Amino acid sequence: MITREGMVEKRGVGHWFTHLGLIIGLLFIFFPIWLAFVASTVSQPEIVRPPMPLLPGDQFFENYRKALVSGVNAPVAWMMLNSLIMALGITIGKIVISLLSAFAIVYFKFPGRRLFFWLIFLTLMLPVEVRIVPTYEVVANFGMLNSYSGLIFPLIASATATFLFRQFFMTVPDELAEAARVDGARPMRFFWDILLPMSRTNIAALFVILFIYGWNQYLWPLLITTDPSMNTIVMGIKQMFPSGDDIADWPVIMATSILAMIPPVIVVISMQKLFIRGLVDSEK
Amino acid sequence: MEKRVTFKGIWLPLLLVLPQMLVTAVFFFYPAGQAIWQSLFIPDPFGLSMRYVGLGNFEYLLSNPYYRASFVTTAVFSILVTVLSMGVALYLAVLADRLIKGSGVYRTLLIWPYAVAPAVAGVLWLFMFNTRVGVVTWYLGVLGYDWNHVLNGEEAMGLVVVASAWGRISYNFLFFLAGLQAIPRSVIEAAAIDGARFWTRFRTIVWPLLSPTTFFLLVVNIVYAFFETFGVIHTITSGGPQQATTILVYKVYADGFVGQDLGSSAAQSVILLLIVGALTVLQFKYIERRVHY
Amino acid sequence: MATVSLKGITKSFGKTEVIHGIDVDIRDGEFIVIVGPSGCGKSTLLRMVAGLETVTSGEVQIGGARVNDREPMDRDIAMVFQNYALYPHMSVYDNMAYGLKIAGTPKAEIAERVAEAATLLQLEDYLKRRPRELSGGQRQRVAMGRAIVRKPSVFLFDEPLSNLDAKLRVQMRLEIKQLQRRLGVTSLYVTHDQVEAMTLADRMIVMNAGRADQIGAPLEVYANPQTEFVAGFIGSPPMNFLPADMAHDAPPGAVKLGIRPEHLTLAQTGTAAKVIYTEALGAETLLHVDLANGTRATVRQDAIAPHPKEGETVHLAWDAGNRIFFDSEGQRC
Repeated sequence: MITREGMVEKRGVGHWFTHLGLIIGLLFIFFPIWLAFVASTVSQPEIVRPPMPLLPGDQFFENYRKALVSGVNAPVAWMMLNSLIMALGITIGKIVISLLSAFAIVYFKFPGRRLFFWLIFLTLMLPVEVRIVPTYEVVANFGMLNSYSGLIFPLIASATATFLFRQFFMTVPDELAEAARVDGARPMRFFWDILLPMSRTNIAALFVILFIYGWNQYLWPLLITTDPSMNTIVMGIKQMFPSGDDIADWPVIMATSILAMIPPVIVVISMQKLFIRGLVDSEK
Repeated sequence: MEKRVTFKGIWLPLLLVLPQMLVTAVFFFYPAGQAIWQSLFIPDPFGLSMRYVGLGNFEYLLSNPYYRASFVTTAVFSILVTVLSMGVALYLAVLADRLIKGSGVYRTLLIWPYAVAPAVAGVLWLFMFNTRVGVVTWYLGVLGYDWNHVLNGEEAMGLVVVASAWGRISYNFLFFLAGLQAIPRSVIEAAAIDGARFWTRFRTIVWPLLSPTTFFLLVVNIVYAFFETFGVIHTITSGGPQQATTILVYKVYADGFVGQDLGSSAAQSVILLLIVGALTVLQFKYIERRVHY
Repeated sequence: MATVSLKGITKSFGKTEVIHGIDVDIRDGEFIVIVGPSGCGKSTLLRMVAGLETVTSGEVQIGGARVNDREPMDRDIAMVFQNYALYPHMSVYDNMAYGLKIAGTPKAEIAERVAEAATLLQLEDYLKRRPRELSGGQRQRVAMGRAIVRKPSVFLFDEPLSNLDAKLRVQMRLEIKQLQRRLGVTSLYVTHDQVEAMTLADRMIVMNAGRADQIGAPLEVYANPQTEFVAGFIGSPPMNFLPADMAHDAPPGAVKLGIRPEHLTLAQTGTAAKVIYTEALGAETLLHVDLANGTRATVRQDAIAPHPKEGETVHLAWDAGNRIFFDSEGQRC
């Protein structure tokens, strides 16, 4: 800190310009969110007669109640629940299967280990967007359209988390596993008593990243949930726009947009340190 | 790097990898294999049987002006998104790095957009620029500019670029700020003592030392623009007008699901697969030997 | 309490044999130190006794029973690791209790045994702490406590002191020795530090490139090294090696004459040597000299003796009884 204060441009007028520059940036970033919030608190006539006001109105409770309870096609509260189940399903599912397979790869020598390693390595390269048509067919054949498992499983099939845990396990000293062996711990006991508690921070960091990844999915739910009661909130917003020339119910749509960003924003802000760590780790 | 393998057993580890193996086989390898397989066939007009055409789908695609146009669109879109979001993020990161205190507050506020889904970001920007009710559209009209991204391809492109870049600023900002804070203060102070002013220092010291971060972000952002912006495009323009914003991923969706042209969609998937593969290799190469200068 | 026998132990990694056949019988309660330079196979040997490495051929016996195929936990051993290998997320108490918990020992007995070990190691005040809140010496004690509570027949130590600073190392060395005396548990201790080996061992195994060059009591090994390697490795400063033809009565086949620095004396006549530099260490002074044939030698003198200056020429003498000869294979002759 002292060294930083010594630097020339940190003093006087320049200091205020720095703040000014950042505040301009913040305005750019927050203006769309602010506008959405304002729109979610005013009435439809105030919006369709532009320009709409730039300060919140008095329809907050009315609009949010309408969105949550009835929505346009399905109640938004219901869609949020779907999103939550999908996000948690992806997050927990991915963490669990990744922990298990990373444990096997790092702590065992078994036939096919190399092959397995390279197979999951390949999955790093292909986002779901690239293989949507055949994946859709698979899910349809299993009868998993409009189901939670159909929403969740295809998005678990990637190995980013496996690699992350593998990397972490590699840094755990060999002697710990040996000490556990001498202490009489069998492999799963070692995994449960020692490896898992030691991975807590990594798991939490990954949880944040994956939760947001899952919550924010768009294309996949769009394809496989034709039933409005299975819509997730992020994809459901687009479904609220009327086809043709009808005027959209903007206050409700914008209230839904705000509701769609609240859970991930809360997760990111409240677990900021873990989030940044997870972000940096998962890209290494 | 190998661990001194410490546990014996064959069935236990196989059991442990089984869940991941199953999920990956069913929802990854089988569909990916299908994509490659289907790319070699075209369905007959009644959809009853498939006819083997070898690389016919690829030849057709590569000679198809719409597909080529989509390539160009994707390139323009990706470059604009990458440059815009990285530029703004670098600007903000440099400013935040100059602060003695308070940079934490700005950081907390600036990571918000990361949590906003691309599709939601699309809706937010669509609302501002909506031709009928958009606030920005209205004020532009007052200034005498008639904004209409529904008809004007360039305006549509501009809008999806800004909306996509907006959601990406947080991510780039965090990495740039971490990169800047990793540069030893002593190096910068030495330059200051040598008489280099801020801009000179940035050009000759900070920017070169930041190059690994910049290169990394370049690759990651291009991948983002390629694949993860589907939500933005689908909500704002649906690829229009006249395919002006149909990027490759959008076209896979449009041809495969809307157009039901499975062979072509599969061939497009394979081409995308090759592009991602190349980008991933590039990224891994970079990780192996960190770029400097 | 148990005896440990190693019978013709070899170890190969792939096609490379790294341990070439070790035979030793360890008495009940004996403190054995395995010493040698890094890469000589001493840790591998210990890990084979522990059951952390498989034995390629030969037999490991503990208490007279063959244990080659037993898991570490079934060998009735406890091990102290070089970096202590404490479980970072567990308290000191839990670290020590973990093995007993797995074995299904009743809670009350665990508490009693841990308390006992903690008293012995002066760890009573630290039982609730996590390893990272402890100093190096305290972590070392916890690692030993973890071994003690299990009341094993054999203690295995894998360079347990190498992560400590010099002063603490001397202190802990003493503590380990006293503890082992008190508990009377058969111990195998691996180190690369020959001073540690000399001070701790009842008998030591000097290892060189996968072989046991010599097994014996420290002073016996010091006075009567069987190979040139042992002669050079044990003792500080190391033994001087002079060309064998400097002695008129060298046995046939001898190429080197070994003599310890303390056995070289300054005399009026004898082999001429030039003093290159002197090191005054307080209690003693080391003279580093060059002989006419270019060989460098070290002379150890009491500090009170008058010292020649650097650059001066001196004459060296030695007693024939203190000489040792080695052949071209490095074997005693």
